[in-house]
Amino acid sequence: MKKKSVIEIIASTRFLHILLSIILGFVIGAGFLAVMGISVSEAYGKLISSITSVKGFSYVIVYATAYIMTGLSVAFSFKTGVFNIGAEGQFVMGSMGAAVVGILLKDLPKPVLIPLCFLAAMIAGAIWGMIVGFLKTKWGINEVLAMIMFNWIAFYLSNYIAGIPAIHNDGTAEATKTISQNARTLLSQELRTKFDLAPTANWGILVAIFFMFVIWYIIEKTTLGYELKAVGANRNAAEYGGIGVNKSILTALAISGALAGLGGALQVMGMGGRISIFTGQEGFGFAGIVVALIGCSNPFGVLVAGLFYGALTYGGSKLNLVGAPTQLTSVIIGTVVFFIAISVIFERLGGGVRARKNIEGRKEREKEAASLPAGSEKKEDEAK
Amino acid sequence: MTDFINSFGIILFATLAYATPLIYAALGSCFSEVSGVVNIGIEGMMTAGAFTGTVVAYFTGNPWLGFLCAGLAGMLFGALHALATVRLGADQTIAGTAINMLGPGIVIMIARVIFDSTDTIPLTAKQRIPTLFKGLFDTSTVFGRFMDNVFATYASTYLVFIAVFIVWFVFYKTRFGLRLRACGEHPEACETLGINVLSMRFKCVCISGFLAGLGGACVTMAISNQFRPISIVGQGFIAIAAVIFGKFRPHGALIGCLLFGFCSGLKTVLGGSSGIDTQLISMIPYVVTIIILILFVGRSHVPSANGKPYIKTR
Repeated sequence: MKKKSVIEIIASTRFLHILLSIILGFVIGAGFLAVMGISVSEAYGKLISSITSVKGFSYVIVYATAYIMTGLSVAFSFKTGVFNIGAEGQFVMGSMGAAVVGILLKDLPKPVLIPLCFLAAMIAGAIWGMIVGFLKTKWGINEVLAMIMFNWIAFYLSNYIAGIPAIHNDGTAEATKTISQNARTLLSQELRTKFDLAPTANWGILVAIFFMFVIWYIIEKTTLGYELKAVGANRNAAEYGGIGVNKSILTALAISGALAGLGGALQVMGMGGRISIFTGQEGFGFAGIVVALIGCSNPFGVLVAGLFYGALTYGGSKLNLVGAPTQLTSVIIGTVVFFIAISVIFERLGGGVRARKNIEGRKEREKEAASLPAGSEKKEDEAK
Repeated sequence: MTDFINSFGIILFATLAYATPLIYAALGSCFSEVSGVVNIGIEGMMTAGAFTGTVVAYFTGNPWLGFLCAGLAGMLFGALHALATVRLGADQTIAGTAINMLGPGIVIMIARVIFDSTDTIPLTAKQRIPTLFKGLFDTSTVFGRFMDNVFATYASTYLVFIAVFIVWFVFYKTRFGLRLRACGEHPEACETLGINVLSMRFKCVCISGFLAGLGGACVTMAISNQFRPISIVGQGFIAIAAVIFGKFRPHGALIGCLLFGFCSGLKTVLGGSSGIDTQLISMIPYVVTIIILILFVGRSHVPSANGKPYIKTR
């Protein structure tokens, strides 16, 4: 057996592209720091030290939960051939849905209220996704355009709802009331002090992981997932094959919207506790796009990418302490995404090598097969 | 009646003010999309232009030099996008997302180094893009006040209408325009006719960045007088929406941007006088866009080869 060439190894594993991109992102970030005259080791040291402590890592998980959910939402939409740039709006609607239920039904017991909040958020997000799908299937309105519009409509609608007297904060804060304690997903006080966790440490991440498996199952193991993927791969062929394309698009957007909406719920029920009146878009949807891209639209990849994004966001917020700009993290993440985008060239380089190898390999196998007695070939196949 | 004419003048002024940056960016988006490259990085390119314009104007005192440099800064990011998508065959959405993170990230880091703050120092009146016809009309008459309100707008606004005409002319009356449209529809056919698809697309994405950069500069050098991280919040995406609205034609995109600007202008006037909640009024531009799409525009023809990396055949 010949040893694999370096290029071939890189090409055969998507994981390595991404690792390489991440390393390059940090290298280029270091370049910027050096130009700005800031100590690279100090800045990166701060970045690492702030996320490796138990408390720091619990913060990372808290931050990552919402990114994983919007990441799953976008990744799912990618699989079905729709680019869900509207996760932002679905997220906002979901968080408002959960908040409204959490405020108005504050006396319900925890085991009832929490699922209700989740449900409200998923329905709100799903509706927001389906409106766009409906506009597309009924009137042929471009979904990207509609989603951009609906992101802003959600933005102002959320601000409007936050201003309604029954929802609005009684004090001076420009925000909603704080949601009921029974709707919070926080870990118990004892647990938090015992392990020295972040004050907002919550079990939302478990919900995110649960849905990661659900989405993986839907995509890989169900007829629905097969149909959605077929529509994503080739709309006309799918239609010819008897799949209802319009129904598929609506379903895909509803599921995608529900995921983003649930992300909003986890955010408000775990981290925020209330929703402020926005002055600018929060960017969770756009973070979801980045997370989905880094995670190769694979549910398990999204989990890792979400944690990575959360770590950089949280660690980045601590960079000020050593005089490095917080924006360093967007430069690093931007560079990572850029290199992931051009990683196609690795594939193309590797693809050529692989094709040649296949031909050589086949010749070798034929030679071996010819020299071996009959019957042994079958055994070899079974061993494989 | 006088009040109405007055308000109408203010609405028109606001329309032009809101629409100008969008039109520049939308023209840029047209170049890129029609040649077959999806460019969602417009937002990042606008931010780069918005920052560079104010910085150059601040240090040189010359707004037009700042305006030009804003375009060049946008073009730099355009070239980066072109390098990735056209030369290296990258996924266009992914590369655009990267540009949207890199643009703001890099310029805000530079702002921190130069100004020790994420905001730039406000420009003086001389460093901003001038208003050409302010005070030209006699404001004692109703008509004069109306004209004064409307023509209080900035030089960049008059320039953008010329730019729309030039882009329209280039698209539909020149060989370059014909080739550019063909590259977005059927690149293989172009190649057989001896047109260098890759170089055409590269140029178009660069032009796209240049125009987006100018659009960004309009925000920070005309409407406002400084760059802040929240200067460009979604205008790039609205510009892309306007292009889809205008069916990927420069004059169509112009109408989309003006419509959007008009609704935003309506918002500023209504917000003060009527009893309706300001948050609901703020939704008007987005809701109206959707309604008009349903009623009048409908399906938009996306250039056939849009979004597909073109790999040169040997």
